[in-house]
Amino acid sequence: MSESQFVMHEGDFLAIQKVIDPLLKNARARGVFVVDRVGQLIRQTGEMSNLDTTSLASLTAGCVAATGGLAQLLGEEEFPTHVHQGERDSLHMTLVGGRGILVVVFDQRSSLGLVRLRARKASTQLATIFEAIKKKCEAEGPGNGKTFADISDDEIDNLFSD
Amino acid sequence: MSFINYAAREINCKIVYYGPGLCGKTTNLQYVYARTNPDLKGKMISLATETERTLFFDFLPLALGEIRGFKARFHLYTVPGQVFYDASRKLILKGVDGAVFVADSQEERMEANIESLENLQTNLIEHGLELGKIPWVMQYNKRDLPNVTPIEEMRRQLNPTGVPEFEACATTGEGVFETLKATAKGVLSDLRKVGA
Repeated sequence: MSESQFVMHEGDFLAIQKVIDPLLKNARARGVFVVDRVGQLIRQTGEMSNLDTTSLASLTAGCVAATGGLAQLLGEEEFPTHVHQGERDSLHMTLVGGRGILVVVFDQRSSLGLVRLRARKASTQLATIFEAIKKKCEAEGPGNGKTFADISDDEIDNLFSD
Repeated sequence: MSFINYAAREINCKIVYYGPGLCGKTTNLQYVYARTNPDLKGKMISLATETERTLFFDFLPLALGEIRGFKARFHLYTVPGQVFYDASRKLILKGVDGAVFVADSQEERMEANIESLENLQTNLIEHGLELGKIPWVMQYNKRDLPNVTPIEEMRRQLNPTGVPEFEACATTGEGVFETLKATAKGVLSDLRKVGA
């Protein structure tokens, strides 16, 4: 199935922030990221402001896509949770509905068990938010005459003027 | 499927470079990366084998400027061209907004071009998409080589519907930005259909 365009407004981001801020604290994580399955960063929180988050989002989506392919080879629909354990930092990824990925980066101040517990609850909350956004996008439908419906060729050409 | 972020006022779009093995997809991205202002680009990621063949994908984030007060951001991806990486190619097409087909102009690669273009169509269908319904551009690459198929013949075999097409030499950069601009234009023009 082709997916519809994904449009998010300020309120959607705030709703996500209200889930990931407590998750960061309760999981004693270094950083929490919400990424979409196509590889766009949606929201983040934590102490990792120097990280290349664009790359993180793209690689996370690639990793989840590849692992999903493996799951299907084995007859599983998908592997809903992925853990990558490093010497200092570790990554915990949880699939959120069909749309998002919740990424928690943690170190020795936390534990896999704690992160897993907290991420499970947060991913359920995020799935509800994503579902609401999806329904809103579908209800609005394509060609609803908003911001980009009447952009002109000149406006597009101006983007490419050297 | 573009992602429109009203909070950050950004449009995020995904463009995938497709084509047979060694046709120059990665070289296209490397040229764009090398010639783009550092403020407008992110880090280029290449998931490649030890012999520099693309294993999963190359990725290059680019910012093109603003339209209607929204930053236009493009994520450029390449697929691995080698035939046996089909499962990976399929995954990378997820959420694609526009495509570039990089054809290898060498006579002996025509069959590989045709096979790869058919493969693109098949893999798009798996995502509920069709080549005729997403913006895409044809690039005839390696025009600098001596043994190239005439453009008319390449057009007849690979571009019968007449999508925008460009002759290119990705190693020197000829045609690279023209191809990218045409694809990005197609993707942005497509936003008119979906409105948002």
